[in-house]
Amino acid sequence: MPRYGVLALQGDFIEHVQALRSLGVEAIEVRLPEQLQGLDGLIIPGGESTTIGKLAVAYNLVDPIRRMANEGIPIWGTCAGMILLAKDVGQIQPLIGVMDITVKRNAFGRQVDSFETDLLIPALDAVSTAEERGKPFRAIFIRAPYIQKVGPGVEELAHLADGTVVAARQGNLLATAFHPELADDTRFHRYFLKMRS
Amino acid sequence: MAIEKGTWKVKVGLAQMLKGGVIMDVVTPEQARIAEDAGACAVMALERVPADIRAHGGVARMSDPELILRIMDAVSIPVMAKCRIGHFVEAQVLEALGVDYIDESEVLTPADEEHHIDKHQFKVPFVCGCRNLGEALRRIGEGAAMIRTKGEAGTGNVVEAVRHARAVLGAIRRLQSMAPEELMAAAKEMGAPYELVVEVAKLGRLPVVNFAAGGIATPADAAMMMQLGMDGVFVGSGIFKSENPARRAKAIVQAVTYYNEPKIIAEVSKGLGEPMRGLEIAVIPEAERLAVRGW
Repeated sequence: MPRYGVLALQGDFIEHVQALRSLGVEAIEVRLPEQLQGLDGLIIPGGESTTIGKLAVAYNLVDPIRRMANEGIPIWGTCAGMILLAKDVGQIQPLIGVMDITVKRNAFGRQVDSFETDLLIPALDAVSTAEERGKPFRAIFIRAPYIQKVGPGVEELAHLADGTVVAARQGNLLATAFHPELADDTRFHRYFLKMRS
Repeated sequence: MAIEKGTWKVKVGLAQMLKGGVIMDVVTPEQARIAEDAGACAVMALERVPADIRAHGGVARMSDPELILRIMDAVSIPVMAKCRIGHFVEAQVLEALGVDYIDESEVLTPADEEHHIDKHQFKVPFVCGCRNLGEALRRIGEGAAMIRTKGEAGTGNVVEAVRHARAVLGAIRRLQSMAPEELMAAAKEMGAPYELVVEVAKLGRLPVVNFAAGGIATPADAAMMMQLGMDGVFVGSGIFKSENPARRAKAIVQAVTYYNEPKIIAEVSKGLGEPMRGLEIAVIPEAERLAVRGW
């Protein structure tokens, strides 16, 4: 059975663990470097990116996660996780820094501006059932970041109505500004599982 | 595609992002930065920490909006602020300021002894304190999107937080073992909305995030609350009333992440200096106990 890790330093890691298990793969909480051994993929969840980043540095997780990224192991960051994957977030804070995207933090404002909306994401068709095909994905944005700029080789997967980029993929790296782990829709998790080639 | 703000999912969702983290009371922008540097997942902006509110006496109210705004400017993490129980206009003011969460808190002097705020009317989410499951579900019924134990704030004594956490978690376990027809009687007995009682019995947990608060002063206190089954911790007076706030704050953050690793908790607990001076609950006169405010 494939074995996935969810970085469990802080944030909504349990929601990801539950989504993965509901799809029939093994999912473990990762807090220490040795727990990264032999994983088929890693999710960096939502939470506070500064908190998660500082703990990742203090407990020597940054370099091993960078190595996984370079070895082609799928890694997916949601919200805070997307911030941590980005190479540039416009301010100094600890990052994994492997994905060629520029991310703006708290880009939509404070909590009163947090929102949900429907997104059309054609990339999800590859993992959709006949019934799900073409159905919008309910996306939950909480004090969310967005992607300001993507580098070459980065595919934009989802946009808001005004064109703002809110999901992207670069090879084995996936980033979403919103929280598929809070939606009752596992298409994004299935898409991530399919990234293991 | 339509954008919907202030939905229940979005309110509960921010609390889900705070899980496994430490929310720290701060009274200045400098303290807020120390908290953020230590790894706090949010701060509570206040004029006085609960220990000083206790010492100061008099009526404790919402903090000066200017102070709250300066703290909001100082950090990139979420900022919470407290309003008095039942004081819906203080809550409107805090929402207008743009705070990320409102704590309708027994630490301030209640403005209404009978009614809590109708929290469904707000776009900003609320966290409320509780001593038992019935109280938690009443607050959720009013629209609270996050729950915390009341504990006994400003004492540095974890005993009341433990009592309240055990009361909530034990009652949930009892509901889980009940037959469906027993749930209405349980709802009646604890004075809680029936639908929420049914939901809790099914989920085996509260339908919202549940933090520990009120008396947590050490990394071991924080880790104990996590092992009991809480989702995260608030630390009020415990950090900035101690000898070395920056170190203690960082240690408590690590103890919450590694709550199941006694060796790490031991390591981070070394040489933190004096904790805040604690208060024995029995020496606090009944009238000065904060947890009994609200119902």
